[in-house]
Amino acid sequence: MTGTPLLELRNVNKIFGAVHVLHDVNFAVHPGQVTALVGDNGAGKSTLVKTVAGIYAADSGEQYFEGKRVHITSPKAAAALGIEVVYQDLALCDNLDIVENMFLGRELTKGPALDESTMEQRARETLASLSVRTVKSVRQGVASLSGGQRQTVAIAKAVLWNSKVVLLDEPTAALGVAQTRQVLDLVRRLADQGLGVVLISHNMNDVFEVADRITALYLGRVAADVATKDVTHGQVVELITAGRSGDLGLAPSATHA
Amino acid sequence: MSTDTTPTSGLAGSDFASDAHSATGLREAGRDYLTRLRGGDMGALPATLGLLTLVIGFSLASDTFLTELNIANLITQAGAICVLAMGLVFVLLLGDIDLSAGFTGATGAAVMALMIRDQGQGWPVAVLAGIAAGAVIGLVIGLLVAKLGIPSFVVTLAFFLGLQGALLRMIGEGGSVRVDDDVIRGISIDNVSVVGGWALAGGVVAVYAALSLLRHRHQVRQSLQHLPLSVVVVKIVGLAVVVLGLTAVLNANRSRNPNFPIEGIPWVLPLVGFLLIFWTYVLTRTTFGRHLYAVGGNREAARRAGIAVDRIRVQAFMIGSSMAAISGIIAASNAGKVSASSGGSNTLLYAVGAAVIGGTSLFGGRGKARDAVIGGLVIATITNGLGLLDQPSYINFVVTGSVLLLAAAVDAVSRRRRSAAGVG
Repeated sequence: MTGTPLLELRNVNKIFGAVHVLHDVNFAVHPGQVTALVGDNGAGKSTLVKTVAGIYAADSGEQYFEGKRVHITSPKAAAALGIEVVYQDLALCDNLDIVENMFLGRELTKGPALDESTMEQRARETLASLSVRTVKSVRQGVASLSGGQRQTVAIAKAVLWNSKVVLLDEPTAALGVAQTRQVLDLVRRLADQGLGVVLISHNMNDVFEVADRITALYLGRVAADVATKDVTHGQVVELITAGRSGDLGLAPSATHA
Repeated sequence: MSTDTTPTSGLAGSDFASDAHSATGLREAGRDYLTRLRGGDMGALPATLGLLTLVIGFSLASDTFLTELNIANLITQAGAICVLAMGLVFVLLLGDIDLSAGFTGATGAAVMALMIRDQGQGWPVAVLAGIAAGAVIGLVIGLLVAKLGIPSFVVTLAFFLGLQGALLRMIGEGGSVRVDDDVIRGISIDNVSVVGGWALAGGVVAVYAALSLLRHRHQVRQSLQHLPLSVVVVKIVGLAVVVLGLTAVLNANRSRNPNFPIEGIPWVLPLVGFLLIFWTYVLTRTTFGRHLYAVGGNREAARRAGIAVDRIRVQAFMIGSSMAAISGIIAASNAGKVSASSGGSNTLLYAVGAAVIGGTSLFGGRGKARDAVIGGLVIATITNGLGLLDQPSYINFVVTGSVLLLAAAVDAVSRRRRSAAGVG
C-alpha cells in the first residue's frame, strides 16, 4: 500500500451491553480503490459501517481522516468530512423526482424559494460525470425507475456532495444481471475518480470483479486485509465462514475467543 | 420550440444525450400527458371533468342554476369548504387525517365572535385570536401524534368530541353568538367594486403570464427541463378564460330588484384565491413544502436525509387547524352567527371529500392546494344544484357520499396503476 489512507480506523471496539461486536478492528480506505467489506451475518459489517457513518460512537480506538485524528460522533460530522453511506433500502422518496431526491434535506435556496435551476444543473452534471446514460430525464419520478436506476440515483446522491468516501451497503442485492452490471461499473468509476469506495457485499462475483482489496470480518475481528489479486474465491469464503484460510486469517485460538 | 438537448458548458452531451429537456410541441406534450394518465397519474382531471358534468347536468335540469345570482351564491357556499379542505391537504399529504377540523373551525370562529362581542376588540385582533386558537389546537394534536405516537385518527376523534364540549362551554347550551362586524360579515355579503374586480382579475392573469413566460425563458436559456412554449401559452390562455370569464359573470348585475343593483366579486373569492396562491407557493417552491412531500412519501428516507420529521408533522397539523379556523370564520361570516352546532354535521366530510375528489391521495405524498378548490367546487355544486331541484335532503347526503366514495375509489385504483406502471 502506498500513501495515506483516506479513512483509517485503529483498534476500534464497540460493545453493546454484554456483546463485544467489534474487537480491535483496523480498517483502511484508500483513495481510488474499492475496498470490499465481507463477512457473515453478525460479523459486524453493519456496526462497522454505522460507526464510520457516525450513527454509533466507537467505545475505544482511533479514527483518522486524511491522516488527521478525527472523532466521528454524528451523521452530520461524517457528512462534513465527506463520508456518505448508501443504504441497502435506498432511502428514496417515490413521490419526488430525481433532482428532488438527490438534494433531499440539503436543498439549495435563493431567498425564500428553492433554487431549482442550480439543483437541476448540478444533478445533471453529477449524473453525466458518472456517465449515467440510462436515465431518461432528471425530472423523472423515482417511482418509474428500475432497481438499478434507483441504486444509481442513490449513489449519485452520495457523490453530489464532493464526498471522499462512499460506503455502499449491498448495492446489488436486489438487482438483476444487467442492472448489477450497471451498478458495478458505476462503483468502479467512483474509485477511478479518486474516491475511496467501501463495498459491502455477500456476492463473491461482485467482490472479485470490482474490489482492489478485501477486508474479511469474522465475529467482530478483522480476519484478513488482503489484495484481491492475492486470494482466491475459496480462501475468501473460508475467511468468512471460519475466520482463517491456510496462512491467512486469525490464529486458531482467537477464533474461539 | 427548443429541441435543444445539449447541456450547458459542453458537458458530455453524448453521455447524457437521452435526457430530453423538453417535449417538442403540443402533440408530444399531449402524448406525454396521456401516458401519465394511463399510468394512474390522474391529477385534477377526474374532478375537473366531474365539475363540468355536474354544471352541464344542473344547467339542463334547472333554469336558475346558471344565473349570475346562483353562481355568486355557489362561490360563497364553496368558500368555507375550499379553505377547510386546503388545510386538510397538508395533513393528508403526510398520510394522516384530522377528524376534528370542523369543530376546530367552529372553535376558532367562536373565539373570534366572543372577542368582538365580549371583549370589544376590533376584527383584526379577533380574527388573529381565532386563528391562534386554531394553531394551538393544531400544535397539541401534532405533538400528540408526532411525539407520543398516537394515531392521528384517534387523537383527532378525541378532539372531535372534546372541541364540541369546548364550543358548548363557550357559547352556551343551544345558544349562538351573532357575528355582525361589518368586515367579517362583508367577506360573504359584500362585493369587490366592478372596477376593482377587473383590475384584480387582469392583474392575476398578467402576473401569471409574465411569471410563466419568464420562467420558460430562463429554463430554455439554462437548458433546464421545460414545457414546450405552446403548452405554457395554452395554460395562460386557460387561466385567463376562467378568471376573466368568472369576473365578467360576477360583475354583471345579479339583483332581482332593479333599484338595488348587486354586482362585483364576493370578497370571499379573492380571499380563497390568495390562500390558494400562498399555499401553492409554500408547497411547490419552499424547502418546507419539499420536506412535507418527502415525509409523506417515505418517512424513513426523509429522516435519513436529515429532515426533522416530527417538526414537519406538527407544523402540518398547525397549518391544517389554522386554516380550519379561517374556514370557520368564513362560515360564520356566511351564517351571521356561530352556534353550538357550527362545524358539525357534514362540514368535515365535505372538506375531506373536497380534498380527495380534487386529487389528494388518502395514502399520503400526493396532493396540491388547488385540489381543495376544485374539489370544494364539486361539493358545493352538488349541494347547490340539488337544492335548486327541490330534492329531499336525503338525496343530498346519498349523492355526496357516493361522490366521495367514487373519488376515494379513483384514488385507490390510480395508486394501484401507479405502482403497476411504476410511475411516480
